[in-house]
Amino acid sequence: MNIDEALKNITDRFGSRILIVSRRSAKRAYMDIYPKDVVDVVRYIFKDMAFRFNIASAVDDFDGLEIIYHFSHDAANFVISVRALLKDKNDPHIDTITEVTRSAWWIEREIHELFGIEFDGNKDLRPLLLPDDWPSGVYPLRKNFVVPKRDSRKE
Amino acid sequence: MSHKAHVPIGPYHPLQEEPEFYKLVVDGETVVDVDVRIGYNHRGIEKISESKNFDQSIFIVERICGICSSSHPIACVQAIEDIADIPVPERALYIRTINQELERIHSHLLWLGLAGHFLGYNTVFMWAWKYRELICDIMETVTGNRQNYAMLKVGGVRRDIEKEHVPYILSRLDELLPKLDMLKGAVLDDPVLHARLKGVGVLTKEAAIDYATLGPVARASGVDIDVRRDHPYAAYDKIKWNVITREEGDVFAKTVVRILEMYESASIIRQCLDKMPQGPIDSNPKDIPAGEGIGLAEAPRGECFHYVKSDGTNSPIRHKIRAPTYMNFPTFRETVVGETISDATIILAGIDPCYCCTERMLIVDTKDKDLMNVEKLIKLSQEKTARIKEKMGL
Repeated sequence: MNIDEALKNITDRFGSRILIVSRRSAKRAYMDIYPKDVVDVVRYIFKDMAFRFNIASAVDDFDGLEIIYHFSHDAANFVISVRALLKDKNDPHIDTITEVTRSAWWIEREIHELFGIEFDGNKDLRPLLLPDDWPSGVYPLRKNFVVPKRDSRKE
Repeated sequence: MSHKAHVPIGPYHPLQEEPEFYKLVVDGETVVDVDVRIGYNHRGIEKISESKNFDQSIFIVERICGICSSSHPIACVQAIEDIADIPVPERALYIRTINQELERIHSHLLWLGLAGHFLGYNTVFMWAWKYRELICDIMETVTGNRQNYAMLKVGGVRRDIEKEHVPYILSRLDELLPKLDMLKGAVLDDPVLHARLKGVGVLTKEAAIDYATLGPVARASGVDIDVRRDHPYAAYDKIKWNVITREEGDVFAKTVVRILEMYESASIIRQCLDKMPQGPIDSNPKDIPAGEGIGLAEAPRGECFHYVKSDGTNSPIRHKIRAPTYMNFPTFRETVVGETISDATIILAGIDPCYCCTERMLIVDTKDKDLMNVEKLIKLSQEKTARIKEKMGL
């Protein structure tokens, strides 16, 4: 299975639920989906097509918060990244994919604390990296978070 | 009657190299649940990288880990090269490969030493760390540094390997191989290690796939993946080498995979030095256009994943870094639960997170108690060794 066959397989399966497919090269492709379809698409790619889940990454962009799930196909050397845009930055929600793969356990905790994205259905969203006394509602990887300057005179 | 106790380990602990907090729930000696709290080393490198330019961010990611200090930069430069399809001269690809494989040998030796140390087998610890010095010497010759090599840049490498250094590199490798044989014998032929590591902390193939584990952890559980072969980068597709896999999934299999991989690495370095063409080492790219790129590299612990998004300015607007331990570590619930607390150390160390030490503190009330003294303990130990030998037919 090469990248074109894989993309065709996914678009045949989901039809208009796949918004944009952008094939950058023989090794990389990105596809946009609605946030509500994330579990179905991820389950199909991870379970049925047996891709490996690399990681998810969130991006704070102008239009909203993007969350990108990266999947690699190790037998044929390509990566497909599935992107969902959460438009409401004040209350971003997406369904958890930990039901599909336990490998998303930590990354959902991480994105939850660093970007403030809620993963509906994930019961374990305890802080992973930030200290326990980190103020709630402050998300360090959002663009509006400014790293406080250190004042060496006070140290 | 079952009696569950919580054993907290960390976050600050005299035996741990790095701070993290384990909470083991034990029933007698058996671990029934475990949880890990990380984040004591969180330095916000992804955030810092957004405020640096593309050249600087390579130096930042080099400092993520003192052991894999060429794996993160190579994944990072490959992600940036992926944005703009930046070409890399062939000689630079070979130099990158040599750098990667030297790092793999030194990292696996470091792990082997630590694993020996955790098991109380300090001979292996001393040997492994002593002969790791040979690799550090080569690194110093090739890159100028024993650690944090600063070799990589977008479009190539920063330093060439001089022709007069090649005989020295080869002589050091020649010196290393018999030592590797000795270490291999010391580990793989030792009945105590067989008894201690076989069948311990088994990660099944199904769990390894579901957790999307990487590197030697996945390969020891029968998952045949290696980024160097599956997503070829640098010069890995131009030379002959083997991916080492084992089916058992226990700590012993992980040890075997790492030891045998060091031989493959040594062979890769030799082939690279032999086949390396002459020519430029840098394509001198100018601007990074808007776009996004993904870089994959096989670090000693598994795949390093970097995602870089650029908006056409000179710094990334997002730089996601995923280290291999991030995927390997959450398997601890699969592997530790059901084992004894004394094995928890080596199981947690088996994935090579480099920071697993277990020490128990207890208060002994000596009133009305029969205490073991040194002589009694030694006698007990000798009796047990005799029993093991008899069981294994030695």
